[in-house]
Amino acid sequence: MKDDVTSREDRVANLKGMGCERKRVEDARFTQGKGNYVDDIKLDGMLAGDFVRSPYAHARVVSIDTEAALQVPGVLAVLTAKDLEPLGLHWMPTLAGDKQMVLADGKVLFQGQEVAFVVAEDRFAAADGVEAVEVEYEELPVIVDPFEALKTDVVLREDLDPNADGAHGPRKHPNHIFTWEAGEKEATEQVLDAAEVVAEENIYYHRTHPCPLETCGCVASMDKVNGKLTLYGTFQAPHAIRTVVSLISGIEEHNIRVVSPDIGGGFGNKVGAYPGYVCSVVASIVTGKPVKWIEDRMDNLMTTAFARDYHMHGKISATKEGKITGLWCHTTADHGGFDACADPTKFPAGFMNICTGSYDIPTAYLAVDGVYTNKAPGGVAYRCSFRVTEAAYFIERMIEVLAIELGMDAAELRRINFIKKEQFPYHSALGWEYDSGDYHTAWDKALKAVDYDGLRKEQAERVEAFKRGETRKLMGIGLTHFTEIVGAGPVKNCDILGLGMFDSCEIRIHPTGSAIARLGTISQGQGHATTFAQILATEIGLPADSITIEEGDTDTAPYGLGTYGSRSTPVAGAATAMAGRKIRAKAQMIAAYLLEVHDDDVEFDVDRFVIKGAPERFKTMKEIAFAAYNQAIPGIEPGLEAVSYYDPPNMTYPFGAYICVMEIDVDTGEHEIRQFYALDDCGTRINPMIIEGQVHGGLTEALAIAMGQEIAYDEMGNCKTGTLMDFFLPTAWETPNYTTDHTVTPSPHHPIGAKGVGESPNVGGVPAFSNAVHDAFRPFGLRQSHMPHDHWRIWKTANDLGLHD
Amino acid sequence: MSKKMHIKLNVNGKDEEFLAEPRELLIYTLRERLNLTGPHIGCETSHCGACTVTLNGKSVKSCTMFVAQADGAEVTTIEGMGSPDALHPLQEAFREHHGLQCGYCTPGMITRAAKLLEENPNPTEEEVRFGMAGNLCRCTGYQNIVKSILAAAAEMNGAKEAAE
Repeated sequence: MKDDVTSREDRVANLKGMGCERKRVEDARFTQGKGNYVDDIKLDGMLAGDFVRSPYAHARVVSIDTEAALQVPGVLAVLTAKDLEPLGLHWMPTLAGDKQMVLADGKVLFQGQEVAFVVAEDRFAAADGVEAVEVEYEELPVIVDPFEALKTDVVLREDLDPNADGAHGPRKHPNHIFTWEAGEKEATEQVLDAAEVVAEENIYYHRTHPCPLETCGCVASMDKVNGKLTLYGTFQAPHAIRTVVSLISGIEEHNIRVVSPDIGGGFGNKVGAYPGYVCSVVASIVTGKPVKWIEDRMDNLMTTAFARDYHMHGKISATKEGKITGLWCHTTADHGGFDACADPTKFPAGFMNICTGSYDIPTAYLAVDGVYTNKAPGGVAYRCSFRVTEAAYFIERMIEVLAIELGMDAAELRRINFIKKEQFPYHSALGWEYDSGDYHTAWDKALKAVDYDGLRKEQAERVEAFKRGETRKLMGIGLTHFTEIVGAGPVKNCDILGLGMFDSCEIRIHPTGSAIARLGTISQGQGHATTFAQILATEIGLPADSITIEEGDTDTAPYGLGTYGSRSTPVAGAATAMAGRKIRAKAQMIAAYLLEVHDDDVEFDVDRFVIKGAPERFKTMKEIAFAAYNQAIPGIEPGLEAVSYYDPPNMTYPFGAYICVMEIDVDTGEHEIRQFYALDDCGTRINPMIIEGQVHGGLTEALAIAMGQEIAYDEMGNCKTGTLMDFFLPTAWETPNYTTDHTVTPSPHHPIGAKGVGESPNVGGVPAFSNAVHDAFRPFGLRQSHMPHDHWRIWKTANDLGLHD
Repeated sequence: MSKKMHIKLNVNGKDEEFLAEPRELLIYTLRERLNLTGPHIGCETSHCGACTVTLNGKSVKSCTMFVAQADGAEVTTIEGMGSPDALHPLQEAFREHHGLQCGYCTPGMITRAAKLLEENPNPTEEEVRFGMAGNLCRCTGYQNIVKSILAAAAEMNGAKEAAE
């Protein structure tokens, strides 16, 4: 036994466990240009694949002539639907229960749709080949408006039996996908009919795109000698991709290895399965060589993974005093040519039924109708947990509209309707059980931090000055209190393609007291290698610096459903803690044996087990690790390993209070963010530095979405925003500094009380920015104007309100 | 295919000589021919800056420059900026101040920032934001990138003063 020379405080600090601002272990390679992204992968004899894409949004494919392309030097093969059909791979299942063409099967449904796949010796030759493929099209009427889609005789999906049910029940029209309902329709209508005050509004959350800086891509390598397929790619869910590839290709799962290398941002773009993956696999099987496919930016923006595009019609009722009595919402969801959402199976509109938000609304009803149009398929959760952004935007706009109807201050209206701390766990009218929250504390802290009363006074003075002609700038105060639902999810109601949404962690402690842990998730910049080691350090008492975290290789990592929907910390983080506790339980028995006492007579203390009441007698975790491998301990197997598959009992419900102060130039439509205060409550905080970084990034994505970013189409179905010239990504120049703050309300059911934070700033940020714009014009009669609030639209709003007269 | 061109470059201090098609882009040369995969491809339209390198003393987006245009040039990529044992102060600062998340924009950011600090060793926050506006980041919201660059500037100025 050694002397205990270091203080307990030093021992805690040495672990770099939960709660400390540990610097990231990932950064060494990224700052030196040594990241390993999919396009950095080079294999011997590797070929390049590229798509011939449709210039039309809706057309029949009359013929495809590949002869000239095959004469292009370096071109080896051109795949069309006819080549894939004998393999049954010309269509593939989507994650939403629909199916999608891998290559155009007789017709195309959106501009940019994949028509043929050219395989060549390098990217340049592939591009030459694409140019040489001749496709004859016969144009069909184009439907870009989902409301028109439900009225027209033009049938988009001729492959579907119009009289048969879809994956989510009856279809009302050949272009209708599903109706999904939550809550009580009649009861809600009765409440609305009898209400003292009802506010009604149409709120459109426009189509946009996650647009990570790295596009999607893969390298497929079929080893015909060993019968093994290796697929490297930008996969947010590598295990799910392995299962999907196995199901559609017939290759047994043990012969498929999927590897997600470093991923250059995901934000939901990289959850789904895309035609490029299937074509690369087939091309590798056909040619016997590795095939790389990497999207260019235009491919990315025009074809993979749009988000939002929700037309939301809302009604909210209240007493004259402002107590909300009911909420009604009907959403028309534009899914494009195929329903390629990445939602849990039972939730075709994701968790849109979190749209009662932070408020105690006794009666509510939600219906969502999914519709096909001639646009790119989707829509994915862009930095949100399955339509939570849409839900948060809806309720936070409806609250503002109700405040106008009541002539009330919107902060006060929120306050009197918040779910109270003592009401948790709270059962919402639309079916969720909110695990925990303390909204009033967060709200009061936020209002105080920005001097809300002072801001309102200044705003009133500004309006008077504007009316007197002394200024042309208005001031908006954008308020948001959002509640998220993340961490999908309990296997009992959440699955993707039948795969339960648990997650996993496997830990091996090495004899000398260091460790490796592998998880079913995959970081795309969230810093998992840093933070999961912190969770383990606290749980097992070995320094985070001595713990390697590995993800993304399905041959070595335990099965998991991947990283999206802020599920890594709530689900895999919980699995990590639970696996750590299994290690600790065995360590306790080993320690007791070594100290020659009963198991119950030792207790865990930071990095060791001590004898209760005699802390000078202890065994460190490092000593215990060695003993696990070198001593024959009666009744205990050698080694120190554990695995945990964690099925969460509930979702987690992070929340936050955001306030944006914006200056708006009425004559130019330009805006300036004067102040942005973001208070987040994500429960237990694992690494504050990383949390704040996530908040900064998510708010900047929210700024983009609210103020200018959009995937827009003309009436012919041409995508007008296919490059970064047209698709708005804010630069450092346009992005403000943010003030971050927090409260801590731990999740009662999560092993370490953590809730997840990565998506909160996108969910809460969009309504905060948008509400600031609306609030600036509220004194002049504005109720609703649609995002994105770019300069033109703001100018137009001012013009429509007569402010240029 | 056209006649190949004879190209000479000095990349990170090393002379390179090869034949290239006229349409070969500089980013392709760096990534595929020379295996310098630090610079990345993000847009191929000059907007995102993930491919930024220094060419004859100027920041250049290597995705929209033919290698033929760079014939005879001196090129520095992120790989030429520091070594594992002696990191560039910007590389240290980005780690210290959490100036990166997914890492995809980082090589371009650091390469551009180095040039910015060479031109303006003592920039204001506003000058950093303006000078970095050609490099997009989707993860960080720039706040910690700006912080990292200002910290590196202070560090580099301090080191210079100490040396004088």
